Amino acid sequence: MKASQQLGKERLTWMWTQMVRVREFEERVKRTFVEHPGVIRGHTHLGDGAEASIVGALATRTDGDPVMPSYRCHGYPIVLGTPPQNLMAELYGRRDGICKGFGGSMHLADPARDFPGATGIIGAGIAHAAGAALTAQVKRTGQVVYSFFGDGASKQGAFHESLNIAAVWKLPVVFILENNEYQAYTHVSLEDANCAAGEPLSKKAQAYSIPGATVDGTDPLAVYDEVKKAVDRAREGQGPSLIESKFYRFSAHGNAITVPPVPTQFPKHESIEVYGRKAEYEAARNNDPITKFRNKLIGEGVLAEAQATEIDNRARAEMDDAVRFALASPPPQPEDALKYVFA
Amino acid sequence: MAKEMMYGEAIATAIIEEMQRDPSVVFYGQNMGMTERDPMLKMFGKDRIRITPISETAELGVAVGAAMTGLRPIVELWMSEFMLVAFDQVLNEAPRLRYMSGGQVKVPVVFKAGYGFAAGWAGQHSNCTYHLFMGTPGLKVALPSTPADAKGLMKAAIRDDNPVVFLQHFLLTLEKGVVPDGDHVIPFGVGDVKRTGTDVTIVATGWMVQKSLNAAERLANEGINAEVIDPRTLAPLDVDTIVRSVKKTGRLVLVDQAPRHASVAIQIAGEVAEHGFSYLKAPVRLVTAADTPVPFSEPLEKFVLPNEEKIVQAVKSVLSRHATAV
Repeated sequence: MKASQQLGKERLTWMWTQMVRVREFEERVKRTFVEHPGVIRGHTHLGDGAEASIVGALATRTDGDPVMPSYRCHGYPIVLGTPPQNLMAELYGRRDGICKGFGGSMHLADPARDFPGATGIIGAGIAHAAGAALTAQVKRTGQVVYSFFGDGASKQGAFHESLNIAAVWKLPVVFILENNEYQAYTHVSLEDANCAAGEPLSKKAQAYSIPGATVDGTDPLAVYDEVKKAVDRAREGQGPSLIESKFYRFSAHGNAITVPPVPTQFPKHESIEVYGRKAEYEAARNNDPITKFRNKLIGEGVLAEAQATEIDNRARAEMDDAVRFALASPPPQPEDALKYVFA
Repeated sequence: MAKEMMYGEAIATAIIEEMQRDPSVVFYGQNMGMTERDPMLKMFGKDRIRITPISETAELGVAVGAAMTGLRPIVELWMSEFMLVAFDQVLNEAPRLRYMSGGQVKVPVVFKAGYGFAAGWAGQHSNCTYHLFMGTPGLKVALPSTPADAKGLMKAAIRDDNPVVFLQHFLLTLEKGVVPDGDHVIPFGVGDVKRTGTDVTIVATGWMVQKSLNAAERLANEGINAEVIDPRTLAPLDVDTIVRSVKKTGRLVLVDQAPRHASVAIQIAGEVAEHGFSYLKAPVRLVTAADTPVPFSEPLEKFVLPNEEKIVQAVKSVLSRHATAV
C-alpha cells in the first residue's frame, strides 16, 4: 500500500487548500506588476505550476524539519504558515515584510517556522541544506532537511559536491530536484547531459550511490509517496536521496529585466517567447496540477464542489488582504539600513 | 598563568579549549582526523572532527548552513587561496544571509586558512589574500602576528556570532611566544601597540610585525624611536589607535606583505588622510609588495616583498626634513 493511501480526508483537503493558496499568492504577485507598476522592484520568480510538487513534498514533513528552497521561494513559507501579508509586504519592500524589506523575493526567510533562509545564487542553498542536515546529525535532533532546487542548479558544483559529502556523511537530507524544464531561459535538453541522452535527471544519484527517483510533480500524492520514502530513509540514518519532480513552470523565469524608470512585467513564457512552442505551453496548462487534484478529490468524494469553491474564495480573499496589507505597510526607515550587518 | 608555545600550537589550543567549552563547535577540513590515532578525533569524536572531500564549495556551504541552524563550524582551509574556489560562500552567502533576512538568522562560522607562504610556493599558494575579504560588510577578518594574539583571536572568532576569516601566517607557525592560559579572548577591532615610540608610527600586520619591530630596534640604535602598531583585525579596523599614534608622532609608515594596490596599507592611509591629516608632518610612506604575483625563484621572491631594510629606509625618508612622496 502506498503511504498516500493512508492520507485522510482532512489531510487531502489541507493539501489541495495549500496548493490553491500558493497559486493565488503567485497570481496576485504577478498582477501587482500590472495593477501597481513599480511597487515590486528587482527580480521576482514565481512558482505557479509547482504547487503539487511543493505541497506533496511538504505534506510529509514532521514539525521542525528545516525547509531550504532556492530563490523561487514564495510557495514554501506559505505552506509552512508564514502569513502571506508579511510575504507580500517583503516583496513590496515594506516595513512589515518578513525580512523587514532587507531581502525581497529571492531572499525570504522565516527561521521561526523552519525556513532558515533562501539564497539567490543558484545551487548555493543545496550546500546550506546539507549543512542544516549536519546540524541535525551532530545534535541528534531527528530532523530531516528538505532541499529544493531547480534543474538548472543540478549542473552547479554546489549540487555535486553537496550530494557527495551528504552521501559520505549519511546526512539526513532529501534533495528535491524540481525539473520545470527550463533553466532560466534555456530548455533543459540544451544543458543537461542526462536529458540530452534521453534519460531522467535523477540518474545523477547513481554517481553518488544514493537512491534516485523521478516522479510526476503534477501529482501531489505521487510526490508524497516518493518523498516519504526518502524522508523515512533519511530519518533512519541511511542518508540522502535525490528525487526529480517533473512539472512545468507556468510563468516566465522572472519579470523582464528593465532599467528604471522603464516599468517591468512578466513576459510570456520562454516556450513561446524564445522557442515559439505554443502547443507545448498549452499542453502544460491543460495539465494544471490544481485542476487535476481538484477533480480527483471531487471524483473520489473527498471534496464537495461547494467546498472547493469556498476554499478558492477563501484563498482569493486571503491574498487580496495580503495585497491590501502590503500596500498599506509603510516603507522602512532609511537609516535602518545600517542594522543587521553584524549579529 | 601563561606558558611559552608556538603560534600554530596556540591556535590549536584555542580550538581545543573552545570545543571543550561549547559542544556546538565542530571542526572539519581536508586531510584531518584521518586515522583513529588523531588526537583531536580521540578527544571529540567523529561527529565533531571530520574529514572532507576536496570540495571547498560544499565545505564552506555546509558550514554556512550548519551555522544558520545552530552549530559553530570551523573549517580548515589550509591555504587561503582555496577559499577562492568557493568565493560565493565566503563573500556572497555567509556575510549576507543575516542582513537579507532582516536580522533573523546568524552565521557563526570560522574560515581558517594559512597565507603569505613566502618560501617558494610561487604564484598560487603564497598570496596575502586578506584585501579580498576585508571590503565585504558582514565579514570579519583576523590576522594574528603572535602566539598570544593567535590564541586570543581564534577564541574570539569561534565565539563571534558572525562569519570570520581567520588567517594565520605560514611563516609564523613555529614562532614562540608567551601565551596566557585559559580564557584569553582578544576582542576584534582593538589594535595592539607592539612597541611604543614618539618619532614615527609603523603599522604592520602578520609576518611584517616582527620585521617592523626588528627595523625599530635598528632605528633605535640611530636615535629614532618608532612606535609599532598591529591592528590584529582588518574588519573591524581599529583606526582610532592608529590616528592617536599619528597625533603623537606625526609620521606614518605602513607595512603590508600584500601588493600595494587595494592593500590594507592603502586602506589605512585613506583613513588617516580623512581622520588624521592635520597631524601629519610628512607624507605617509607605504612599504608593500610589488604589484606582481609572487614569483617562484628565491631572488625574485625576495625582490618583490617588503623587508627590514625597506622599512628602515621608509622610516628614514619620512623623518628627513624634506620628506616627499615617492
